[in-house]
Amino acid sequence: MSELAIRIRGAVKRYGSITAVDGLDLDVPYGTCVGLLGPNGAGKSTTMKLLTAQAIADEGAIEVLGFELPGESKQARAQCGVSPQLDNLDVTLTVEQNLLVFAHLYRVGRHERQAAIERALEIANLRERRDSRVDKLSGGMRRRLLIARALVHRPRLLLLDEPTVGLDPQVRQELWALIDALRAEGTTILMSTHYIEEAQRLCDTVLIVSHGRAVAAGPPSELVAEHAGREAVEVYGPPDKLAETEVAARAAGLRTRRTGTSVSVLGTDSVDGDVPHGERRPANLEDVFVLLTGEQID
Amino acid sequence: MAAIEQRAPRLGRLERPALAGVLVREIINYSSYWRSATFSSTVEPTIYLLAFGFGFGSLVSKIGGYDYVQFVGTGTVATAVLFSSAFPAMFGTFVKYQFQRTYDAILAAPVDTEELVTAEALWMATRAGVYGCVPMLVAIAFGLDPRFSMLVVPLVAFLAGLGWACFGIAVAGFAKSIENFSYIVSAVLTPLFLVAGTFFPLDRLPHWARVLAELNPLHHCVELVRHAAFGWHATDPLRVGALVLFALIVWRVAIYAMQRKLVD
Repeated sequence: MSELAIRIRGAVKRYGSITAVDGLDLDVPYGTCVGLLGPNGAGKSTTMKLLTAQAIADEGAIEVLGFELPGESKQARAQCGVSPQLDNLDVTLTVEQNLLVFAHLYRVGRHERQAAIERALEIANLRERRDSRVDKLSGGMRRRLLIARALVHRPRLLLLDEPTVGLDPQVRQELWALIDALRAEGTTILMSTHYIEEAQRLCDTVLIVSHGRAVAAGPPSELVAEHAGREAVEVYGPPDKLAETEVAARAAGLRTRRTGTSVSVLGTDSVDGDVPHGERRPANLEDVFVLLTGEQID
Repeated sequence: MAAIEQRAPRLGRLERPALAGVLVREIINYSSYWRSATFSSTVEPTIYLLAFGFGFGSLVSKIGGYDYVQFVGTGTVATAVLFSSAFPAMFGTFVKYQFQRTYDAILAAPVDTEELVTAEALWMATRAGVYGCVPMLVAIAFGLDPRFSMLVVPLVAFLAGLGWACFGIAVAGFAKSIENFSYIVSAVLTPLFLVAGTFFPLDRLPHWARVLAELNPLHHCVELVRHAAFGWHATDPLRVGALVLFALIVWRVAIYAMQRKLVD
């Protein structure tokens, strides 16, 4: 019996001439939080749709909670909770009514329904707003409700598609706390995100996705050590100086990346010779992300 | 890791809990918009009834042996059915998948497209069954004699509503944009609505037009309601059969259209 909540092998999904997912492999072991990290258009959302059979793969094998997709997807969906990227709450209904509808859709028994709703309200910290119409809620509250709605039937697997996209930093942190609490309880989570900090903080394992393919996978700290080294030097200056720094660093066999107004020279801890002058800082997941997915987003 | 050894039984098609889940969502939502839905589904056919009934009624008092008001009053039941099924199905379905993305949420739950479409159609057919009776009640208030056989009118309205709701869902499923609906409304619904025997009897029309009218599901609905009010005809079971056939065909077409739209 598989110990994986999700197992994808060689999934391919094409839309006409565009290949959104191009031979993706993905493992999500039970009890872990795995992040799909990639730029917009990398195929994260399509991968999420494949897992609920709202898109059907052209090639490859997909297993969710031991069920083979797409044939057995309904059984898998019954035990999954999904929080979509685009808010699809019923806005003219109250918070509680939204949860009630989903308790029905996910077949929560009549006697457990009220308790399930109370628990979801508690998780989302929306007890006091239970009678508010959704269109009266703030953006952060709506996101919390979307996640709570996905939990009303105690799913074994939670799929979060860009859970904090478009939110203020404060609200984002509030949601991180919520997701972290779920994780601490042992909920298996797959989340897609293009926020590096989010993946670094919340995920046990991160899969970096680019052009529909996994380009690296592992715990965030290992990915950083493997691809970007321990330390980086950030050099600031006018464009000419930045270009010179790049050329010099590359000549010395070091990798660089542009950081907007500066150039980061990576892996400076492993060099014996000259290290460019600049601010030394620990390498981070963003360095890995940009190295592996390219500087320009196409 | 304690892997789950026993598998849940394979879930079948058209399961009751899935249909119930979608229906519950509609019923709870209905509590927030029933006023406007009731208004548009009943007031409009009633206006047709009063305008034609009394407008034309002052020129032609009798038609085919019936009082004109009663003739139109029974006929506009079909109009009310059309307005409370085909139109909400077209616009509601389009809004729910395109703008509100409701169907994405529902299909992420253990609900298949077939169940989603079926439950939505059943819900609109139920509403059509209720709203369809309004013009007849108005006609009764204006002198139509109540009969026991009129008790089948909600059932006829439900059956016709089921077909028209599926028709509307299918249109929404095939439409690229909401503007495309005007082609369907102008080229399909308006002619079917006018040549259904609602406002004038079809037996004076040329032969070809009468043959075409037999292909119009709305015409069968009009005739069945009228016969429920004035007396059954031998051909009525065939008309019921035609409505059942219409509903079955558009039901499958609607599922096909929505499957194509909702599952990539």
